[in-house]
Amino acid sequence: MKARRIVVTSGKGGVGKTTTTANLGAALAVRGKRVILVDADIGLRNLDLVLGVEKRIVFDLVEVVEGRCQVRQALVRDKRFGESLAILPAAQTRDKTAVTELQFADVVNNLAEMCDYVLIDSPAGIEHGFRNAIAGAAEAIVVTTPEVSAIRDADRVIGKLQERGLPMRLIVNRVRPEMVRNGEMMSVDDVCDILSAELLGIVPDDPEVIDTTNRGVPLVLDPAQRLGAIYTKIARRLEGEMIPFTQLGSGGFFGRLFEALRAG
Amino acid sequence: METQRIVTPPVDAPQLEIHAPPAPVESQKKPKTRGRTIVVTSGKGGVGKTTTTANLGVALAARGARVVMIDADVGLRNLDLVLGLESRVRYHVLDVLEGRVSLADALVRDKRVPTLYLLAAAQDREKDDVATDAMVGLVEQLRDEFDYVLIDSPAGIEMGFKNAIAGADEAIVVCTPEVAAVRDVDRVVGLLGNRINAQLVVNRIRPALVRKGKMLSVEDVNAILRLPLLGVLGDAADVIVSTNRGEPVALDEASATGAAYRAIAARIAGEDVAAPQAAEPDGFMDKLGSFFGGRR
Amino acid sequence: MLNRVMGWFRTFFGTTSSSSVAKERLRLVLLSDHLALAPDVIEAMRRDIFEVISRYVEVDEAHSDVSFEHKDEGIAMLASIPIVSLKPREPEESSPKEETSVLETVSVNGHNSDNFGRRPRKRRRRKASGASQTAPAQ
Repeated sequence: MKARRIVVTSGKGGVGKTTTTANLGAALAVRGKRVILVDADIGLRNLDLVLGVEKRIVFDLVEVVEGRCQVRQALVRDKRFGESLAILPAAQTRDKTAVTELQFADVVNNLAEMCDYVLIDSPAGIEHGFRNAIAGAAEAIVVTTPEVSAIRDADRVIGKLQERGLPMRLIVNRVRPEMVRNGEMMSVDDVCDILSAELLGIVPDDPEVIDTTNRGVPLVLDPAQRLGAIYTKIARRLEGEMIPFTQLGSGGFFGRLFEALRAG
Repeated sequence: METQRIVTPPVDAPQLEIHAPPAPVESQKKPKTRGRTIVVTSGKGGVGKTTTTANLGVALAARGARVVMIDADVGLRNLDLVLGLESRVRYHVLDVLEGRVSLADALVRDKRVPTLYLLAAAQDREKDDVATDAMVGLVEQLRDEFDYVLIDSPAGIEMGFKNAIAGADEAIVVCTPEVAAVRDVDRVVGLLGNRINAQLVVNRIRPALVRKGKMLSVEDVNAILRLPLLGVLGDAADVIVSTNRGEPVALDEASATGAAYRAIAARIAGEDVAAPQAAEPDGFMDKLGSFFGGRR
Repeated sequence: MLNRVMGWFRTFFGTTSSSSVAKERLRLVLLSDHLALAPDVIEAMRRDIFEVISRYVEVDEAHSDVSFEHKDEGIAMLASIPIVSLKPREPEESSPKEETSVLETVSVNGHNSDNFGRRPRKRRRRKASGASQTAPAQ
């Protein structure tokens, strides 16, 4: 029984790939799926940090590839999720040329025998690190924000994914509904239109998310965080459920006047 | 509006000299000292390198300096887009380095700030296509003609980053107040080594969240990085609007973020400007200032 | 709150919203990015253009050029094709004798060009509100 192997990528740095990978993985794990997260950002690893397991790393991806340990020894289990969530960390003192595409794909295929989902956190860019990250994947999630640079880079990445024949869906992150209403930010419809992409999720901007990543607490574990519910919806959509996007209309005069905006 | 080609000419175009300098503006004298070469970098993506390069370029040039900005993000160029110059880019760095066009032809002059020039990255190539010593040679050539050579580094620590820092004597390291960013930036500071003088800009600080303990403070960030602090920027929405329009905030007298960039430029130029402060993002005073059109 | 009121004023009093500006800029920059990334498509286009024009006139292919340029609010294809001579025509058609040396054609603008394999964008009616605006139909 083989896992779904999904790469989370974007082209542009800083749009939320790692946060998405961690939170989506956590949401799937809470729903009972066995999930392994792979950090493909060799040299600048952050998935471990965002999940709060950075102090428990013993071995990393490069050591697995170089045969210095078994892949199971390198997996760090997140105890908050029982046996359902583990991460294969990247190496911190190497760079992305330490691993070839074939080696990376082998590791991912190996992992796919042990779980239901392998989520690969791609580095920024479209070079070696990105090529490694997609080498092991059968599907892609492209993360973008409604800003011109991010969309331009997402377009480039979508082109690369199409070249490889990888089906993809889009998550639009850091949407600010008030700015969209004022015409100061492009809408999710605008973004999907420009990229001709199928939408998987809409995540509103929330500066307090930074605090959760700083503390290493996945949103789905923090009941004070409404964004946790959004990642749960995205997880369910990934599983094939048809979940409508949540209405973000704020009510009141402006809420009724302008088109209600969506999230989820 | 003048037309600009967006596809390189056929390979049998006449081979032009690389060394022809751009025509100087009449009122500008050729600089007597060699220009400063500054790379804007971070390791972490999305912290504001390109926005910082663009706005510092504008602010320095607005003070009369001759400034050239090089986009080193081959394959994923965005400096042209942030500046609003994307429709005027005709040639790129590799066209120059591979001898297809002269430097003068490749430089895009910003009509809003006449001493500001852009050398765009190639969109259809890869970072490995640029040879490090060719990049160093280009920067050396440019510093003879310009007061400042600003290099916009890509994210990461691979070839693109190595090429971006190769020609630089100084670095502006941009970091946001997030643990992941600080960790990446720390790695990069280590890689800059002793040759490059680095200073720190902390971007996207939200003082209200810092007070609530939900965000690292500038002091927290610099306790780890231990760099001279060049500037602090808030997280105002006007940066998004400015990128939408391709009008850098440093051009906007009413923008608090623009004022912060102008202050950083003044500090770079050696002025003794007041200590870096963070603006409250979209605070009451910001809105009042923009409503009445005055400077905050 | 003030931002909202300002946005409202802008929508009603006609200043283009920054999101519409962004959308239009993106449309053009992506088109030019795709063109830069499709030299084989451009080459095929060039060959086809020569083939068609060569049915009517003899052209100097060696000194011909087909390029794409940013013009005003869009991207235009420009072809500069030196004509050597006219080809023999059907008797009933009277064609003017020309000594022209260069034929300039300004054709396809960005709005009608091939989408290079991408799905065509849906056109939507412009909404009265400031939200979710698409580029106005040309």
